[in-house]
Amino acid sequence: MASFGLQPVQILGDQGSEERGSLARLSSFVGAIAIGDLVKTTLGPKGMDKILQSEGMGASQRGSITVTNDGATILKSVLVDNPAAKILIEISKVQDDVVGDGTTSVCVLASRLLREAEQLVNQRIHPQVIIQGFRKAAEVAKDALVEFANLRDAEDTDGVRNDLLNIARTTLSSKVVFHDKNFFAEMCVDAVMRLRGSTDLEAIQIIKKTGGSLRESFLAEGFILEKKIGVGQPKRIENARIMVANTAMDTDKVKIFSTRVRVDESAKVAEIEAAEKDKMRAKVEKILAHDINVFINRQLIYNYPEEIFADNGVMAIEHADFDGIERLAMVTGAEIVSTFDHPDKVTLGSCDLIEEILIGESKMIRFSGVAEGAACTIVLRGASKQLLDEAERSLHDALCVLSQAIGEPRTIYGGGASEIHMAAAVEAAASVQGDKQALAMEAFARALRQMPTILADNAGYDSAQLVAELKAAHASGSSSACLDMYNGCIGDAIDLGVLESYKVKSSVVSSAAEAAEMILRVDDVIRQPVRQRAQE
Amino acid sequence: MSLAFDENGRPVLILREQEKKARLRGIEAHKAHILAAKTVASTLRSSLGPKGLDKIIVDGDGGVTVTNDGATILQEMQVENEIAKLLVQLSKAQDDEIGDGTTGVVVLAGALLQQAELLLDRGLHPIRIADGFETACDIAVEHLKTQADTFEFTAEDPEQLVKTCMTSLGSKIVNRDLRHLAEVCVDAVLSVADLERRDVDFELIKVVGKEGGAMEDTQLIKGVIIDKQFSHPQMDKELKDVKIAILTCPFEPPKPKTKHKLNVKSKEEFEKLYKQEQAYFTEMVAQVKASGATLACSQWGFDDEANHLLLQNDLPAIRWIGGVEMELIAIATNGNIVPRFSDLTPEKLGTAGTVRELSFGTTKDKMIVFEDCPNQKAVTIFVRGGNQMIVKETERSIHDALCVARNLVRESTIIYGGGAAEITCSLAVSDAADKHSNVEQYAIRAFANALDDIPMALAANSGLDPVGTLAAVKAAQVETGNSFLGVDCALKGTNDMKAQGVFDPLSSKVQQFRLATQMVKMILKLDDVIVSGAYQ
Repeated sequence: MASFGLQPVQILGDQGSEERGSLARLSSFVGAIAIGDLVKTTLGPKGMDKILQSEGMGASQRGSITVTNDGATILKSVLVDNPAAKILIEISKVQDDVVGDGTTSVCVLASRLLREAEQLVNQRIHPQVIIQGFRKAAEVAKDALVEFANLRDAEDTDGVRNDLLNIARTTLSSKVVFHDKNFFAEMCVDAVMRLRGSTDLEAIQIIKKTGGSLRESFLAEGFILEKKIGVGQPKRIENARIMVANTAMDTDKVKIFSTRVRVDESAKVAEIEAAEKDKMRAKVEKILAHDINVFINRQLIYNYPEEIFADNGVMAIEHADFDGIERLAMVTGAEIVSTFDHPDKVTLGSCDLIEEILIGESKMIRFSGVAEGAACTIVLRGASKQLLDEAERSLHDALCVLSQAIGEPRTIYGGGASEIHMAAAVEAAASVQGDKQALAMEAFARALRQMPTILADNAGYDSAQLVAELKAAHASGSSSACLDMYNGCIGDAIDLGVLESYKVKSSVVSSAAEAAEMILRVDDVIRQPVRQRAQE
Repeated sequence: MSLAFDENGRPVLILREQEKKARLRGIEAHKAHILAAKTVASTLRSSLGPKGLDKIIVDGDGGVTVTNDGATILQEMQVENEIAKLLVQLSKAQDDEIGDGTTGVVVLAGALLQQAELLLDRGLHPIRIADGFETACDIAVEHLKTQADTFEFTAEDPEQLVKTCMTSLGSKIVNRDLRHLAEVCVDAVLSVADLERRDVDFELIKVVGKEGGAMEDTQLIKGVIIDKQFSHPQMDKELKDVKIAILTCPFEPPKPKTKHKLNVKSKEEFEKLYKQEQAYFTEMVAQVKASGATLACSQWGFDDEANHLLLQNDLPAIRWIGGVEMELIAIATNGNIVPRFSDLTPEKLGTAGTVRELSFGTTKDKMIVFEDCPNQKAVTIFVRGGNQMIVKETERSIHDALCVARNLVRESTIIYGGGAAEITCSLAVSDAADKHSNVEQYAIRAFANALDDIPMALAANSGLDPVGTLAAVKAAQVETGNSFLGVDCALKGTNDMKAQGVFDPLSSKVQQFRLATQMVKMILKLDDVIVSGAYQ
């Protein structure tokens, strides 16, 4: 607030405030670095998990617990007030959307960059100079990454599979399922290979069932619907002809506006009731005329039509939700039907076998041998709901990365190898940069080198020693040298099978640089008055 | 507030409820106003120019906006002070008239007031200062006109236009992808511009933002894009040589506007009603089909049955399209908006080369694009960016660049940027000052000093030494007589703004000078502020 003499001159509204210059910059740096530190410990194969306890208002939410080490999930759940922290969270969310993994790395790298930048600002270097330097450094780093990447031979099927398995293992090794990472890596690669290059993860369905152990999870070919088959209807159908419908099977409402039934004697009520019943019967008959033996509806099926279906030996499944219907239509190749007058025009779905199966305690319906070969279902088993949720997130990350990796034939060595390589390239570029920007580029290289340091720290090893060894190994030309997080020494990425997708890594570098730049550019924080909410 | 007392010590009340009102007058009022205005201007000062820094604005609900657009910052600041509010309106006026230079105008006003304060301290009368500023402003504007260059471009070679847009975009966060965005903007303006009449209709350019992807993916779609998807998931995702029926009626039984009730009294009536309802649906679809349409766009919803009938009849459809979008589609495809199915004739259909559904990233967002429309006039700039904040800021920057391009299409005189215009005016004004024999001489010279503040701010924001840079550039201008020497904000190593291609439309600069001077005159003429007590 400005003041004139002793009299304050108020410029902003009552609760509005403004932070300027170094103060604003300080608060942004502190906020962003705090977020980076928050997720730092979850990074890498020996990263720790976090418990998130919900403070929701509803009774169902209060105290519900999530255990996770997925960066995106943690960041989504922490409510922050610091605007710079919010920017960082936003950017990491985008990473999640676009490539599906690497959210933690983005956050940590961005916060490291800012920490370095803070020191440069304290040395009276103008933020714009730092930004220019960071931009140059990010370009150099990305170029270095391109040249560092190994191109995979797309013809070599075994090689592709091997690469994918390694990528999946590397991704999964930082997740809760790391004990069974080979098992799950196989599962994910199998699932993704079925997609045959498409990135549509819709076709892979994940079902969670409490009970059993993680190892009892399995990949089922085809599609599993968590529904029951109507009473008295066949439980197993071979060579199914399936109709997927979205139509009212309770009472068919009259859709003409503002119609109501008004009768003056009870006999007529009976008549109309009969008419209604006839109408339903006619509808069911029309449906049966399509020569089907399975009928799946999005809406309810009342007892009466269900009974007719049963009489005709048709399996009827009601209340498959919208997502389920769309997916089912896709995998069986059926269209979603709402009118039944032209059987010749309707495309029916087909599959070799539909049967009721038991997973744990619950009955489900499995569609196998479906037209769309890509479809499959991963059934996850595990001791608790939290474990299953976390496993699902882990698999989702792995599947995203894999589906992107299939389209992108480049892979890079993980375990800190790529960061060290990029840092070396940036440092080399900095040494020929003849102005102040060189300082910023050096800072960028230091921030990159922090990543393997954090990996080692999280695993409880002597990070300074390991990173120095790693750096030396790279300098002497062994580009596949990486951290071996299980033995606490320097290993070889090829032998260890530590591979990462090029796309993820490159996106991590550019997103983190973007986030850091955005926060660095800020020199002023203006707060509007907080909107008052009515008390609930 | 000072009160007058009578001989009995009772206060003499002049204003109603005087004790609740605040009052400032005389030199004190002037000082307070200037202080308030200076405070606001100093907030914006660091956002001026291509290297201007950003502000974070936290709104009442905790949402974060990052921007360096002057008009947006001021609007979001929610200032309470009366004088500060005037400045907000000042930038808004510049935004409405020209669309660019909103920061510059406020910074100039702030600098003028600062100079005025010094003169007030020396005992000059505010009115004399105001008059002097007015004279100086006239001199500056006249001088600008003599220094203006003409700007030549043709639709075939818009290179010059692209350069101007790059200047405007250069000050925003988007400058990483400057060239590309500038080309998109120029392309957009040129496709809707009427070069003979020198007119650009902004209604025809739509800017649509969507989170995700990189800023490089921002593209101009010569057609219309709408945030919708096909009404049935199994409709074709890409249509060629489309004939479009643009409907404002729902695919539902008609709803008469007059209030009515339809009573069903007997079984026969019930059955008849059902038949009629079915007939409605088939008839509606048949009518659309009969007109030869291959795509139906409706402003309203569809019933499930109608939706399926459309699919069955190979008639893709889009529902719930907003009114503005409907109009855009109609303009682009040369179609008529048809309010009733019965009015649909082949002549009223719109045509488009391609209609396709776009899907993005790993999230399920989808949009529909109409391309190769007969009427190329309607275009859409489709903005992509890392997150909501970047997308919003890019949208704002693109709007500014579009305004600049439009102004150049309208008026082809330009003036060089980078502070060059201000420096040459400053020289001209201070020369002219010596020729005035009265006190206004001081005010005119003060105006010249205020103009110097703009290049100084530019230099400071770019990390250069403000005073030294200004002195060097000024000396160079006097020595060579070239008015196109300015501050080298982009650090390209030359002060020649002609070579750097940094220029503004003359009208924008003239408007800046005029608006800022008017505002300062108005503030100088205020010597009394009475704030009514808050309404009880």
